[in-house]
Amino acid sequence: MSWTSLPPALVLMLAGVLLPLLPRAARQAVSLIAPLAALGLVWTVPDGVSLSVEYLGYRVDLVEADALSRLFGTIFALMAFVGCIFALPQRNVLELAAALVYAGGAVGVSFAGDLIGVFIFWELMAVASTLVVWAPGTPEARQAGLRYAFMHLLGGAVLMAGIAGHVAATGSTEFTAMTADTPATILILIGFLINAGAPPVSAWLPDAYPKASWSGTVFLSAFTTKTAVYVLLRGFPGTEILIWVGLYMVFYGIVYALLENNMRRILAYSIINQVGFMVVGIGIGTEVALNGAAAHAFAHIIYKALLLMSAGSVLYMTGLRKCTDLGGLFRSMPITTVCGTIGALAISAFPWTSGFVTKSMITQGAADQHMLWAWLLLQAASAGVFLHAGIKFPWFVFFQRDSGLRPKDPPWAMRLAMIAFAFLCIGIGLMPGPLYALLPFPVDYEAYTGAHIVTQLQLLLFSGLAFFMLLPLMKRTETITLDFDWIWRRFLPRVALALRDTLGEAWTGALGAARRRIEGVMVWTERTHSLHGPMGRTWPISASAVMVALFLLVYLVLFFVWPR
Amino acid sequence: MMRRLFPLPDPTRPPRLVKVARTPPSGEMPPTRPPGEKRAWIVTTEGVRTQWRVFGVVLALTVLGELLVHLHPHFEIEGWFGFHAWFGFLGCVVMVLVAKGLAVFLKRKDTFYDVVD
Repeated sequence: MSWTSLPPALVLMLAGVLLPLLPRAARQAVSLIAPLAALGLVWTVPDGVSLSVEYLGYRVDLVEADALSRLFGTIFALMAFVGCIFALPQRNVLELAAALVYAGGAVGVSFAGDLIGVFIFWELMAVASTLVVWAPGTPEARQAGLRYAFMHLLGGAVLMAGIAGHVAATGSTEFTAMTADTPATILILIGFLINAGAPPVSAWLPDAYPKASWSGTVFLSAFTTKTAVYVLLRGFPGTEILIWVGLYMVFYGIVYALLENNMRRILAYSIINQVGFMVVGIGIGTEVALNGAAAHAFAHIIYKALLLMSAGSVLYMTGLRKCTDLGGLFRSMPITTVCGTIGALAISAFPWTSGFVTKSMITQGAADQHMLWAWLLLQAASAGVFLHAGIKFPWFVFFQRDSGLRPKDPPWAMRLAMIAFAFLCIGIGLMPGPLYALLPFPVDYEAYTGAHIVTQLQLLLFSGLAFFMLLPLMKRTETITLDFDWIWRRFLPRVALALRDTLGEAWTGALGAARRRIEGVMVWTERTHSLHGPMGRTWPISASAVMVALFLLVYLVLFFVWPR
Repeated sequence: MMRRLFPLPDPTRPPRLVKVARTPPSGEMPPTRPPGEKRAWIVTTEGVRTQWRVFGVVLALTVLGELLVHLHPHFEIEGWFGFHAWFGFLGCVVMVLVAKGLAVFLKRKDTFYDVVD
């Protein structure tokens, strides 16, 4: 084993564990070096299995590389690096340490060669990301983190049940493409989809992510949902149900983001929206659509992190998070405004940005398969993305009615991170070649045709027109929108309370009575069957003989009197 | 009518000053608008009117641009003139209206779950 077969995930995780023991300057250095080292290892790991261990009687392939795992490993390590630059002013050690372990988990999943490895890193990510949510230590972060952890532990249990069933049925732990037609594979699919933010449990994402710190949300946005996209890409390409699940996510994200007032929750809803596009691509399952889903995940991590960095900068400088409190910040935060706007254009797939060259491969996949409805809905959704994220976010945060506040741009590290990702958004948009070369299938797709640019500009600019004409309807109010999580945050606890107040006394009484009854049976059994009880003690042999004679007599009598 | 469809800023509206209650994570309170600050051109009534006009011209150009490029529609509907323009516009109107409709049932004050948002 040479040093190149060192798992890239291990570097990030060790750095995360080491971090709390170091002084601040060393901490900052390690938090930047570790992701770079991981990135280097991602590119030196040879194709195929390079590290496997024996665990619980199974051979677990901890590192198995191919184009797809390298693509995701690259973006996860890059994200960790730029995220750590952005987080240089962050003094919370727990958050940074957890974020590095979390990134390591994501890299680990993308290089895991079998289901057991996937599961181990999957659960590590759940634990580490919960710590990132908890890091600010506020009561609302604690509560939301707990709900987040519950959901992911539930998802992990479902996934483990599926994996156990799958291994029992096939005898193989190999992580390859599956079809969701047995209970075990369906459970695996559900486990994956819970992390992707699929309905009906998607509320964990907009609930937990905006409660993390100004830098924590940047890390959270990148890893959990995109590892889910990765495992779906590898495990369930071409599963038709994913088209409909994805379309639901796309529109759910748009509608909820349109109604939202918290700037980071708008972006959280739009994560679900964007992951929906990728899930649709995976469901379509053709090479161009799968390439599109993978490329879109790559581009999405960059522009979504950029958007959340600009929101994080505003939060860092003002402490405000509601659209109703913000506005007019373009005057004093020019760099944040420009970077946030570039991110907003990229998420909207504006020509010459990264979203344009990646998302269109997914819609192309739908068109090639002549799926008219899916294609129409994807086009409408593309317009909707511009509406809810592309214009709404920059408009309400940086423009609209002046808030009267004049915060400066954030410290240089945060500016640098934003500028780096803004350059990547445009760079990938102008030169998609290098990204296309990383994709799992050979790319035969040209994004920049005259027709594509003109139609996309029409779609986006006219949805911009709709936004400004409907501005009175878009006016923000200090409200939230109920989601399915109302069921477990309000309804079920209320049902439990009501049951306690009404049936509680009767239940306690009945329980006591039942317990006394069981005790009675025990006492009776003890009396009759213990060593000294009539049934338990040793009887003399003569008594047995008499008993047997009696039984024989009864048998004889029955034999003669029984009607034939 | 035009003013309602293409809104312009209202110069008589008093300026707003948002109160920052808690110290932000950066550790210093954000400065506020200095007295006598010049209004940025892009938010003046004149500026916004110009932006609307430029926007209108750009919109027209994108639709007319369709005549200059070779469209290769996958579906019949895609070949209709200006399909992406009106489809995008109407799609957005429908999405906003659906969202507004849902809000009637699902909107709650942001203190609903007893947390500071």
